[in-house]
Amino acid sequence: MTYADIVLDLINNDDRYMIMTSENRAAFRNLPPLIKNNFIDTGITEQTMIGMAAGLALRGRVPIVHALATFLTMRAFEFIRTDVGIANLPVKIVGAVPGFLSDGNGPTHQAIEDVSIMRGIPPMNVFCPADEEDMLKGLMSVFTHPAPFYIRYNPTKAIVEHSKFEIGKAEVFGKGTDVAILVYGFLFREAFKAKEILESKGVSVRLINIRTPKPIDEETVLKTVDECKLIVTLEDHFITGGLYTILAEVLLRNRKTANVLPFALMNKWFKPGLLNDVLEYEGFTAQQIANKIFNKLKIEH
Amino acid sequence: MKKQKLHELKQTSLRVREHIIRMSGNGGCFIGASLSCADLIVYLYKEFLNVSKENLKDPKRDYFFLSKGHDVPALYGTYVELGWLEEERLKNHLKTNDFIYWHPNRNIPGIEFHSGSLGHNLSVAMGVAMDCKLRKQKNKVVVVVGDGELNEGSMWEALLVASAYKLDNLLIVVDRNQFQANIQTEDLIPLKPLAKKFEAFGCKAKKVNGHNFEKMDEIFKTFPFEKGKVSVVIAETVRGKGLPSIEKRADRWFVNFKEEEIEQLLKELHGAKQTKLTSETIVAR
Repeated sequence: MTYADIVLDLINNDDRYMIMTSENRAAFRNLPPLIKNNFIDTGITEQTMIGMAAGLALRGRVPIVHALATFLTMRAFEFIRTDVGIANLPVKIVGAVPGFLSDGNGPTHQAIEDVSIMRGIPPMNVFCPADEEDMLKGLMSVFTHPAPFYIRYNPTKAIVEHSKFEIGKAEVFGKGTDVAILVYGFLFREAFKAKEILESKGVSVRLINIRTPKPIDEETVLKTVDECKLIVTLEDHFITGGLYTILAEVLLRNRKTANVLPFALMNKWFKPGLLNDVLEYEGFTAQQIANKIFNKLKIEH
Repeated sequence: MKKQKLHELKQTSLRVREHIIRMSGNGGCFIGASLSCADLIVYLYKEFLNVSKENLKDPKRDYFFLSKGHDVPALYGTYVELGWLEEERLKNHLKTNDFIYWHPNRNIPGIEFHSGSLGHNLSVAMGVAMDCKLRKQKNKVVVVVGDGELNEGSMWEALLVASAYKLDNLLIVVDRNQFQANIQTEDLIPLKPLAKKFEAFGCKAKKVNGHNFEKMDEIFKTFPFEKGKVSVVIAETVRGKGLPSIEKRADRWFVNFKEEEIEQLLKELHGAKQTKLTSETIVAR
C-alpha cells in the first residue's frame, strides 16, 4: 500500500476527490493516466492551483493539492488563508519535503515555518505523520474529514508499527516518567532511537507522537506534563509557532508550567546537505538528542 | 433590443445607482467603481446569466463572481432590484447586525464567493468552470475584474492556466474605467494594448461600451467568442458614471458623503445641476 494506492482507491470509490499539483508529481507519478478527469496539473502556479481548488470545492469536490511545502504554504499563503480558510472549504494541502526532508536544497526550500502559519488559519488542521506507515494510517481520516487540512508529506520508512489513527489523538510509546519526548513528523525516528539510548542508561522515557499538532491532543499533553519530570519538544521547525509554542499555549491555558527542553531551529535556516549529515550538523541525531537530555538530567554518559 | 426592454434596464440601473449613492454616507463606500460597473452588473443579471432566486443552489445555474469586490454596492443594489435582498437591509450597510459591508461575502444570497483581496476570484471561477466542463454541464461562469486589478500577477498566471485548459465556458469582464485606486491606470502601470495582451495569453477579447445596453447585448450574445478560448469583454466605462460631479475624479474613489450631499447627488443623478461637494476627499485607503 502506498500513498498513490490510497488516493486511487479513494477516487475510484468517490468521484468528488481530485488530485491537483503545481507540477510536483513525486507522490503519484503513475497515477495521472489512471484517474484522468480527477487529475489537474496547473503548472508552476501555486496561487492559481489553490484558487481553483477553492472553486472546485464550491462545486462539491474535495481537492487534494500537492507542491513543495515551502512554495505551497508560503507563495500561496494568502490564497490558502483567504480562499480556503475564510470559506472553510475541504481542501487538503499536501506539502512535499517539509522540514529537514528538503536536505540539500537550501533555505529557499526549507519549510520550517509551515506548521506555524498553517495552524494560524482558523479552520485549518495540521497532520504531521512520523513516517510513511503513520501517514498511510491517517490519510483516510484526514482526506474524508470535512475541514481543510495541511499534511506534512512524509514517505520515510517506518521503524516501528503505529497504532490506529484518530484525528486529535497523540500516539504514546512507553510509560516512563523521567523524560517525555513530544515530537511530530520525520524526527520521530530519531526520538524513538533516543528513547532506546536513554533507557539503556536507566532513564525511563515516554514518547509522544503528536500526529496532529492541530487539533492538539491537550488531554495527553497535560497528563504527560503531570506525570513526567522533563518535557522535551522535538521538531524540524523554527522555534516560533510550532510544537514548543503549542506546548506553551496548552500550559498557559491550564495555568501550568513545566521543565521543558526544546529541540528546534533557533531563528536560523539549517545547513543544507545530505539528510543524515544535516541532522549531525544541526544536533538532531538520536545520540545528540539523548546526550543533551543526559546533560539536562545530570547523568553521566 | 426592444424599446420596452431597454427602458426597463435603464430604469433598473438608475435605481441601482440610487442605492449606491445612499450607501455612500454613514461610513461611505467605493462609489466610483460601483457606478462604473452598475450597468454591466444590471445587464448581466437581467439579460445574460441563467440565475434566479429559485435556482441559486442549482448546480446548473450560471455563476457570477465579482473579483474586484470593493464595488459590491452595485451588486447589493442589483439584488434589491431583483428581489433577492430586501431594500430595508441596505440601511444595515456597515452595521454589525448584518453582512452588508465594503466587500462581498457569501452570507448575502446570490454572492457565490467572497472577494476583496484582488487577483483571487479569477482562479476560483476557473475551478468552478473546470468542474462544469468535467461534468459536461453548460453553465456560463462570469467573473468581473477591475482594470487596476490586472496589476496582480495572479491574474496573468491564472490566464495561462485557463487557456491551457481551454475554459471556453469562462467569461472575463473587465470594468475598464481607466482608474486604479487613486491614479489613472495609464499613468501608473499602463495596460494598453489591453485586448492584445489578453489575446497573447490565448483569450478572445472584444470591447464594448459598458454603459450601452444595446451594444452590450450585441457583444455578450456572441459568447462563447471562440471555441476552446476564454472569452474576455473589455467594457469601457466611466468611473463615477451618472454623477458628473464625481465622474473620472481620482480623489472620489472612496467617499463618505454628508446627508445633504447625498440628497443633492440623488437629484444630480436625475438631471439636476452638479453638486457642490464639501466633504473631505480621501486619497488613499
